[in-house]
Amino acid sequence: MFGPGRLLAGPDGTVSEPDGNGHFGPYGGRFVPEALIPALDELADAYQSARQDRAFAARLDGLLASYAGRPTPLTEVQRLSAHADGARLLLKREDLAHTGSHKINNVLGQALLAVRMGKPRVIAETGAGQHGVATATACALFGLECVVYMGEEDTRRQALNVARMRLLGAEVIPVATGSATLKDAINEAMRDWVTNVETTHYCIGSVLGPHPFPLMVRDFQRVIGVETRRQVLELAGRLPDAVVACVGGGSNAIGIFHPFLADREVRLLGCEAGGDGLASGRHAATLAGGSAGVLHGMRTYLLQDPDGQTLPTHSISAGLDYPGVGPEHSFLRDCGRAQYVTVDDRAAMDAFRLLARTEGILPAIESAHAIAGAVDLGRELGPDALIVINCSGRGDKDVDTAARWFGLLSDTDVVQAALESVTSPEPAGEGW
Amino acid sequence: MSSPAGQAEGQQAPGGPAGPGATAGTAGTFARARAEGRAVLIGYLPAGFPSRQGCVDAYSAMVEAGVDIVEVGLPYSDPLMDGPTIQAAVDSSLSAGIRTKDVLATVRAVSAYGAPALVMSYWNPIERYGVEAFAADLATAGGAGAITPDLTIEEAGAWLTAARFHELDTVFLVAPSSPPARIDLVCRSCRGFVYAASTMGVTGARSAVGDRAQALVARTREHTDLPVAVGLGVSSGEQAAEVAAFADGVIVGSAFVRRLLDAPDERAGIRSVEDLAAELAAGVRSSRGAAGGGAPGGGAAGGHTGNEVVR
Repeated sequence: MFGPGRLLAGPDGTVSEPDGNGHFGPYGGRFVPEALIPALDELADAYQSARQDRAFAARLDGLLASYAGRPTPLTEVQRLSAHADGARLLLKREDLAHTGSHKINNVLGQALLAVRMGKPRVIAETGAGQHGVATATACALFGLECVVYMGEEDTRRQALNVARMRLLGAEVIPVATGSATLKDAINEAMRDWVTNVETTHYCIGSVLGPHPFPLMVRDFQRVIGVETRRQVLELAGRLPDAVVACVGGGSNAIGIFHPFLADREVRLLGCEAGGDGLASGRHAATLAGGSAGVLHGMRTYLLQDPDGQTLPTHSISAGLDYPGVGPEHSFLRDCGRAQYVTVDDRAAMDAFRLLARTEGILPAIESAHAIAGAVDLGRELGPDALIVINCSGRGDKDVDTAARWFGLLSDTDVVQAALESVTSPEPAGEGW
Repeated sequence: MSSPAGQAEGQQAPGGPAGPGATAGTAGTFARARAEGRAVLIGYLPAGFPSRQGCVDAYSAMVEAGVDIVEVGLPYSDPLMDGPTIQAAVDSSLSAGIRTKDVLATVRAVSAYGAPALVMSYWNPIERYGVEAFAADLATAGGAGAITPDLTIEEAGAWLTAARFHELDTVFLVAPSSPPARIDLVCRSCRGFVYAASTMGVTGARSAVGDRAQALVARTREHTDLPVAVGLGVSSGEQAAEVAAFADGVIVGSAFVRRLLDAPDERAGIRSVEDLAAELAAGVRSSRGAAGGGAPGGGAAGGHTGNEVVR
């Protein structure tokens, strides 16, 4: 039934290519209403032609350099290394990219494609708000109409990002159905897309969904790994022993892993959200605790009950709070090329504080999961080890969550904040 | 023995011994309606809604009032082709603890009323149950087949093999956006009938079903002799009549669910469902002047299709 998974070495180190229907081994494919098939075919064709078009590549590279701030630095973090038994740790600084995370890499590529396909309207889902902010940014830049679906629960957790998106001219639609989080935002975006597909491009934010999204988003995120590979060779004169990244949907991880896939000596480690711990059942560790199934247009590992109903998930990090994972990660897990571990809320928050205190960098809580996994790996591998960590985003959006977690808000602060929210005036006039 | 996805023609179906509960599918129903010069009325409700017994009573009332085929929805946590009305009903079923085995039990109960019962399910619950096991148990329960709105033909190989073995209908959708090659591919994998989505979008009542539905039915008939039923948006007898003038079947879902959601209690809801079913049944019987004529559909006389078994 399934084509064989392909883990091939190409001339530029490109490996792990899907078949023509988007299968990575048994994973991926397309499970969508028939109404969407022509749009997916159109997108796949537009992407294939763009991929071979030098002008498209030049335009995207130009934007990545002059607008998004690429290449992002590779920062050696010596004081953090001291906490990893002296293993040499390097941070890939996606937190320094425009809008504060790696999400901009994908969004600029997809926005260019939307323009190429003549679609004036772009929709997106968002969890923590990082992808929504990036999409709103690109739409502002290209003059596209932008609608972002966000779980109602997440609009409360990430109110500042809602305001950011609205400032950028996007319409943010809170989604109250189901669990009112990321998975429901994706459902609602899909419903919008099937209704408005002729005018609308769905800018998926991770390596998720029906073919060609997992392939296309991965290719747009590969720039992270391509830069990292070059930078680490310049800095250390050799390839790293390991590359570590957090995995929700898995786009920052696949982006940094992919250019290293052919380097068999480089260990690839994905860190999933362990929430309250795997045993608690309150987590979002799909690859560690899930099983194969179909959700959001793809076959992949899922957190599901015995009847195939999607299970509720938990993570302190909204960006990892998702019951599925990109199909290529499912494939890499099964064939053993990448390993996946679980980092619970507490370990992630400890790593968040550790990086802040040792290096003066506030990572996104998502990225803090990778920091925690890398520090543990450093202790395991010892002082000769060279480890690259993808710092996929910055933590400004998480200050409120972190302050509450660490008890940094005194009772008076909380009272003050509540008073301000009550007394702040209603938005006046036409607003933005 | 497995034929590649998209290659399996309906007429190849009874190649091997049929499963124990094999049914005639929906073909006979379409053939009879055609003989009467009218369209078939298909009514949907999610299993377990408004309650375990309430849904069985509602199906019974629907059949009593003239629904020809019932569509038993398998409640799923992420119904991305459904609008808010059906989402609300499905949420209520899931909260009440309805499981896949309960859906099959519902099919068994409904089959006793004499109308063929089709399961409408997103793909993951079937895959999770086990494709072959689901087909076998559905056939044993007396089910006529399944409608699978998010199973693309490229991914349908295992389901087609299992469903053919158990002589179950396999109903896939075509949409207004579908190009001819795609319609052809979908029709080749359908048995029983083809489900034509009237508009681009999700389930839910609409004020107008639109010309695109009629055009889609015509385009679909260029590729198949199977009956073509139209769903999405139909909520009144008038709309049913309008659709029945050009299609072989009219599918109504959200409007039935809406009646149950809006009723003060379950009994009143079921009465209201019965009223709507009667109105729709009158609708599909009212407007056949021109339509019967050259329209293929209803394969009793055709040499084609998987609906050759008319019992």
